[in-house]
Amino acid sequence: MWERLASRLLSFRAITQPFPMNTNLPEDHPRPRSLADLFISFTLLALQGFGGVLAVVQRELVDKKRWMTREEFVEEWAVAQIMPGPNVVNLSLMIGARYFGLPGALAALAGMLTVPLVLVLLLALLHAHFAAHPGVAGALRGMGSVAAGMIAATGLKLFGALRNNPLGIRLSVVFGVSCFVAVALLRWPLAYVLSGLGFAACMLAYRRIKA
Amino acid sequence: MSAILHLQLNWADWLNLFGRYLLLSLLSIGGGITTAPDMHRYLVDQKNWLTDAQFNASISIAQAAPGPNILFVALMGWNVGVNAGSFLTGLLGVLLTMGGILLPSTTLTYLAAQWGHRNRNLRSVRAFKQGMAPIVVALLLATAWILAGIERDSTQAWPLWLLSFASAIFVWKTRIHLLWLLSAGALLGWFGLV
Repeated sequence: MWERLASRLLSFRAITQPFPMNTNLPEDHPRPRSLADLFISFTLLALQGFGGVLAVVQRELVDKKRWMTREEFVEEWAVAQIMPGPNVVNLSLMIGARYFGLPGALAALAGMLTVPLVLVLLLALLHAHFAAHPGVAGALRGMGSVAAGMIAATGLKLFGALRNNPLGIRLSVVFGVSCFVAVALLRWPLAYVLSGLGFAACMLAYRRIKA
Repeated sequence: MSAILHLQLNWADWLNLFGRYLLLSLLSIGGGITTAPDMHRYLVDQKNWLTDAQFNASISIAQAAPGPNILFVALMGWNVGVNAGSFLTGLLGVLLTMGGILLPSTTLTYLAAQWGHRNRNLRSVRAFKQGMAPIVVALLLATAWILAGIERDSTQAWPLWLLSFASAIFVWKTRIHLLWLLSAGALLGWFGLV
């Protein structure tokens, strides 16, 4: 009986443990120092993200802090995107969990949401007074189109991560272009595109990866 | 624009609100915004807890504010709560809607990611991540395309497209801080240049 209880406890511990790190990274690979570092980093990321946070997360965590490589980022992003829920929220909790397990996930999540939540409530209170000003509407419009460009740039940067993809560059481009056409131009429902194209791509990748 | 709402919500209504967001969380594949039409049906058409104007303002304020766009859900909860009485019920609304939209999806994502990392050497896990990579990267470009409103049938929209295009090039090719670009966009918009 005690043995069973112990193994239960162990498996609960396993669930809250950090994800094993990628083994091909050097020991001194940059990483968040503590839960507080994680919380503050994600708060700062969130506060820079007007009209979406993904571009900032990619730039700060991959390009600047180098907590993860471009390839690792794409892998995490694939999971964050497939799972239900807000993608950037999913991504931050996964990144937090990589380094500190469940506490890390919660710290990153709290960083991403707490201060922005307070800010957005304050803005909602202010909004009533300033919504009619034409300059405010214009500024929001201008920031919106810059934000769209930032997301495009993130996509363009991450394309480089496909160079070592087992699908090969040609098939990657075929899948990428089909996805773009289906979602952006034909406006097909995302669920169908992800499951249809995704299934085909994963099958092909499976065949090309050596067991 | 409809009149100001004064609601009387009992505990069954609050529970109903929480339950609906728990459900929507599981359906929000591809991001929270994909469930916005359903939220509109529920909060505005069915229950009449929120005016149309409040609904739209919730989305646009959250999009303009710093932070993840999912905070539009918090604003909806806030507005429902304030309609029901006070700032205190407003906070209850935030708690129930944000808790509802986040609990199921974050739990599932955490468990899935954890399982995926534990089994990262399995052929099927590697195939999934590598196979999905080109698709999710292209999805970013599709999202940008939709947000930039390239298809918006308007001859006046070209300065906005140009701005999106220029900011994409700057972010892609330079290390300029993103806040400079956002400020530039805000200024151009403020003076009516885009």
